[in-house]
Amino acid sequence: MATYDGLIGALGLEEWCGGGKTDGPMTMAELLARANGTSAPAGSPDPATPLMQTPFPSLDALNKSCSAIPRSRDMTEAVEQGFLAIKDPLKVVLDPVTQPLSYMLDWALAGFEAVPWFIMIPLLVAITWFATKKIGVTLFVLASFCFMAFINYYDEAIQTLSIIFVCTIIAVLLGVPIGIAMSRSNILQRAVIPILDMLQTLPTFVYLVPLIFLFSVTESKLYGIAIILYAIVPVIRLTDLGIRLVDKDVIEAADAFGMSSRQKLWGVQVPLALPNIMAGINQTIMMSLAMVVIASLVSAPGLGVKVLAGIRNLELGVGLVAGFCIVLLAVLLDRSTKAALGRIDTSAR
Amino acid sequence: MSNEIKVSIRNLYKIFGTNPKAMMEHVRSGVGKPELLEKYGHVLGLQDINVDIREGEITVIMGLSGSGKSTLIRHLNRLIDPTAGEVIVNGEDVLAYSESRLAELRQNTMSMVFQKFALFPHQTVLANAGMSRRVRGESSEIADTEGQKWLERVGLKGYGGHYPGQLSGGMQQRVGIARALSSDSEIMLMDEAFSALDPLIRTDMQDLLLELQRELRKTIIFITHDLDEALKLADHLVILKDGAVIQQGEPQEILLNPNDDYIIDFISDINRARVLRVRSIMEVTNAPGVNVAGDVSPMQNLESVIAMSEGDTNLNYRVMEDGTQVGLLHMRDLVKALVPVEAADPARRAASAA
Repeated sequence: MATYDGLIGALGLEEWCGGGKTDGPMTMAELLARANGTSAPAGSPDPATPLMQTPFPSLDALNKSCSAIPRSRDMTEAVEQGFLAIKDPLKVVLDPVTQPLSYMLDWALAGFEAVPWFIMIPLLVAITWFATKKIGVTLFVLASFCFMAFINYYDEAIQTLSIIFVCTIIAVLLGVPIGIAMSRSNILQRAVIPILDMLQTLPTFVYLVPLIFLFSVTESKLYGIAIILYAIVPVIRLTDLGIRLVDKDVIEAADAFGMSSRQKLWGVQVPLALPNIMAGINQTIMMSLAMVVIASLVSAPGLGVKVLAGIRNLELGVGLVAGFCIVLLAVLLDRSTKAALGRIDTSAR
Repeated sequence: MSNEIKVSIRNLYKIFGTNPKAMMEHVRSGVGKPELLEKYGHVLGLQDINVDIREGEITVIMGLSGSGKSTLIRHLNRLIDPTAGEVIVNGEDVLAYSESRLAELRQNTMSMVFQKFALFPHQTVLANAGMSRRVRGESSEIADTEGQKWLERVGLKGYGGHYPGQLSGGMQQRVGIARALSSDSEIMLMDEAFSALDPLIRTDMQDLLLELQRELRKTIIFITHDLDEALKLADHLVILKDGAVIQQGEPQEILLNPNDDYIIDFISDINRARVLRVRSIMEVTNAPGVNVAGDVSPMQNLESVIAMSEGDTNLNYRVMEDGTQVGLLHMRDLVKALVPVEAADPARRAASAA
């Protein structure tokens, strides 16, 4: 009847397969075939499949010959059921652990919004000045925020900034120690690098799928976790790399003078790796900005919401202007962190 | 010469590879370096090293690159662990030390100067110089005063606030020396400390080291591939080839009586008149000589005597030490001593002419 009948017969599996009767729900293809009246009446011999159209022995193809083999749909159904089954125990653990993230995001959001613009903008400009000591960057920050406030996108920009602020701090607090641990253990490095590769290559939307199941969409930690997972990768990688790249001769000198491994780490390795670590933090900020836009799909406030509105309601102008504001934010964050990084670099020489 | 033995290296072996312990058997049964590499894929880094290092002397370990000299010096403070053998410092076996005892040894007893300086680029020169004190947990006041004192001693007064990257190579190595000296350790390990410097600066640094040594009388182990440097600094010279000691002793002695073709090749190009000293070739006697043209000191080099005699080979000189005669120097002996060993030996001369 189907292509792989012969194979099932040759393996002597007819008994286990149960006679080839399908009692599961029909697939769409089957339904279409029936509606078109093309399916052969049961029992009549199938016309032989042409060689060129031999299907891959996939779940669906094998199911035609042997109903005991699940169809692809049954398989995804099983994955879903499995996920739902572990969801509740997982929630019991993850919910309390991640709850502080929700609080932090909400507090930061409330805090950033509560500060009036005439305090916030001078504050941001002052921070930029003290971090970079560069007039150009400082003026750029001032002009950007004034522009966004002038076109009434200030609130969204500040919301986006507050999310990035919280997520970057957490990513650095987690990422730097992980990077340090990786640099000290080859085994750990070999174990963590595939995870980092996965986090980095996973399309951003895919992060959201399991998170939506785990947490309620109204909770801010949902997007917080997505942003942190996505943005933590560069700071881990560059911390690990930076420490491993520290001149072997200098490490040998530290050893020769009897430094303990703690003295070596904080007195030599971390200070010398600082330029690399700072480059990692810069990348982390950039990536959390990229993710915060996508995270507006799951209720993250900020400029992403405007972009989303532009797409949903075909408001081309809103989408474009919000997009431009995001670019502005990205450029000013990048420039000011790079200028701050440059200052660290020169003081090290 | 009668100083106490400070560091003693006994039957030291180092084999590099995946299973060095198992290779020891083969090496003990007489498998050589090339064979070990070809048959078993292991590199014989050091074989059967026995060296006694005396207190207050400069012991120079010389060899070409790949001879294992840098590996050897790292065994003394256990930056590298040996495959077999003993390293005894002040009568204690360093290899039996625990982590903490080893850290103590490195902090208090041995300091090290590196070929590539290996200063901390993120700290000031002063912080670098006082580093060894801070590692020990002493206050930054002590570290700074000690650092300052030794920076001045090596001629870097006023550079304390600079960063190492702002200094030239020679100045950086002065910081390296100040860093080693400020730890006040009895033993100083110097790994090709002057090899990265240009020749003039190198000579300056050698003079600085000798000047410091006259005053401090430290036990110094100095690694070099430069024979002139070795002869200038060494009280005791150890020549290393392919991971084995081929000759060791007083430099003058090695120069006059080399026991290996390798060493003969090595010393054939040096300026013997500048290196050899009167005491090595004089006749030890207190009989008054004939035709005595003047007095010389036993530590004078031959170059200065030749200049004094204006090339006259018929003269004799009285060798005087502390006002008494210790020997006679015949100019004929002096001229003979200037001829390299290869040319002096008829059999060798024939071989090299053929």
